[in-house]
Amino acid sequence: MPTPVLSIEKLTKIYHSLNGETLAIKDFTLDIGEGEFIVIVGPSGCGKTTVLSILAGLLFPSSGLIKYSNDEVTLGYMLQDDHLFPWRTILDNVYLGLEIQNRATTENKRRAELLIETYGLGKFKQHYPAQLSGGMRQRAALIRTLAINPEILLLDEPFSALDYQTRMAVTDDIGSIIKKEKKTAIMVTHDLTEAISLANRIIVLTKRPAVIKQIFDIKLTSTDHSPTQNRNAPEFMNYYNEIWKELDVHV
Amino acid sequence: MSEKNFSKEHEQYIKKLKTNRFNVIATRTILLVFFIIFWEVAAELQWIDSFITSQPTRVLKTLVNLFTEGTLFKHLFTTVLETIIGFTTSTILGTVIAIILWWSPFISKVADPYLVVLNSLPKVALGPIILVWVGAGPVAIIVMAVLISLVVTISGVYSGFTDVDEAKITLVKTFGATKLQILTKVVLPASYPTITNALKINVGLSWVGVIMGEFLVSKAGLGYLIVYGSQVFQLDLVMTSILILSLAAGVMYQIIAYIEKKLIPYK
Ligand SMILES: Nc1ncnc2c1ncn2[C@@H]1O[C@H](COP(=O)(O)OP(=O)(O)O)[C@@H](O)[C@H]1O
Ligand SMILES: [Mg+2]
Repeated sequence: MPTPVLSIEKLTKIYHSLNGETLAIKDFTLDIGEGEFIVIVGPSGCGKTTVLSILAGLLFPSSGLIKYSNDEVTLGYMLQDDHLFPWRTILDNVYLGLEIQNRATTENKRRAELLIETYGLGKFKQHYPAQLSGGMRQRAALIRTLAINPEILLLDEPFSALDYQTRMAVTDDIGSIIKKEKKTAIMVTHDLTEAISLANRIIVLTKRPAVIKQIFDIKLTSTDHSPTQNRNAPEFMNYYNEIWKELDVHV
Repeated sequence: MSEKNFSKEHEQYIKKLKTNRFNVIATRTILLVFFIIFWEVAAELQWIDSFITSQPTRVLKTLVNLFTEGTLFKHLFTTVLETIIGFTTSTILGTVIAIILWWSPFISKVADPYLVVLNSLPKVALGPIILVWVGAGPVAIIVMAVLISLVVTISGVYSGFTDVDEAKITLVKTFGATKLQILTKVVLPASYPTITNALKINVGLSWVGVIMGEFLVSKAGLGYLIVYGSQVFQLDLVMTSILILSLAAGVMYQIIAYIEKKLIPYK
C-alpha cells in the first residue's frame, strides 16, 4: 500500500456516566490509503459511530493516535439524516460549511454551485429542502459535504433513513459521485449489499468493545465497477456469505 | 400548480373551500352586527340599564367626543407606546438572558429554581413595590409590563433553544463551528418559530402589564380612562376605552403575525 492518508493506532474510547463507564472501542488500528473506500460493519451499538466521531474530531479518544498524512487535511462528515436546514434554500444549505470555515469566497461558492449543477440539483437551487424528495435531499447533503472540498469523507449510515428502492438508487448515485471526485471514504453501514458494492476493504467489528475482527479485501470482476454492476459480480454472493458469517448475528 | 385545466372535481373542491370560507366570515360578521343591534335595542327599550351597560350609540358619541377633544390619540398613544417599549424590552432582555442560559449550562442549572419561582409568582403583587422604587410614572408602568412578560419570554425562547435538533449542531461541529457560530447559524434560526410564538404571548402579557400599571399609576392612557370612567360612573367611557384597547391589541398581534411570516418564509 502507498503511504496512508490516515493511520489510526490503538484507538481506545471509554464513555463515562454516573452509572459507570462503557468501553466502546479498544485498540482500533488501521491504515487507510489515498482514494480508498473503506466500509465498517459491525453489530449495532458496537462503536462504529464512535470511531467516526473521533476521526472527525467531535470526540476525544481516551488513548491512541490518529495521524493524517498532512496537517491541513479537510474532513467531510455525512450523517444518517440529511439535516438540511429547513430555513435555508438548497444553495444556502450547500454553502453552510464554507460559511462556517470562513471560506465562502466567490470562487469556492462558484465551485459549490457547479457541484449542484453537475449532480443534477441545478433546478432546485432556490428550493427549500421540504420541496425535495428524500433521495434528492441526501444528494444535496453529500454536495454540502463536498462543497468544502474534503480529502477524506466520513459517512455514518448515510442511506439508512431512505426506503429500500431509493436507497439502492442513492447508493449508486452517491457511490459514483465519491469515486468520480476521487475522495478517500470511510463509511459505516449495516447493509452488506451496500458495503460490498462500494468498498475496497470491509472492516468487520466485533460487538462492543469494538475490536477489528476481520478485514476483507473486496475484488470484484465486474466491467465498470459501478455499484450496480458490482452487485452482479460473480464474487458478490461469496463475500456476502462470508461477511454475514463473520458478523455472527443472533436474533 | 401552473396548470390551468383543472378537472371538474377540482373546481368543485375549490368552490367548496371558498363557500366554506365565505360562510365563516359571514357568520362572524352577522354575530357581531347582531350583538351590537341587540345591545342598542335592549338599551333603547330599557331591558338593560344603559347607565351601567352603556350602549353602542353612546360609545360612538364618546368616541367622537374624545376624538374632537384631541384626547383620544393622547391616551391611545400613551398606552401603545408603553406597551411597545415594554414588549421590546422584555423581548430583547428575555432573548439575551435565554442566550446566556443556553451558553452556560452551569448558569442555567443555577438559575432554574429561581426562574420556576419567578414564573409562578403573580407579578401584579409586586406593583406596590415598583411604585415605591421607581415612582408613580410611566417607568413604573413599563417595569410592570416587562416583569409580567419577561420570565415567560425567557422560558419560551430558552426551551426553543434546547429543543434544537442535536444532530444539526453536530453537523455544524463537523465543519468546525465555534459556539458563536452554532448560536447564529443553527440555534437562533431554528428557534424562530418558538421565538415568534413566545412573542405572541409576550405582546398579550405586555398589554396586561401596561393596563395593570395604568390602573395603579393613573395619569394617562387607556387603562387610566377605564379606571377614571368607572370611578366617575361613566360607563360609556369605560366601554369606549375597552373597545379601542381591543382594536389596538388586535392590530399589534397582526403586526407580530406579519413579522413571523417574514421571518419564517419556509413554513
Ligand atoms: N455519549 C455517550 N455516553 C455513554 N455511552 C455512549 C455514548 N455514545 C455512545 N455510547 C455507547 O457506546 C457504544 C457505541 O456507540 P456507537 O458508536 O454509537 O455504536 P454504533 O454506531 O456502532 O451503533 C454504545 O453501546 C453506546 O451505548
Ligand atoms: Mg451509529
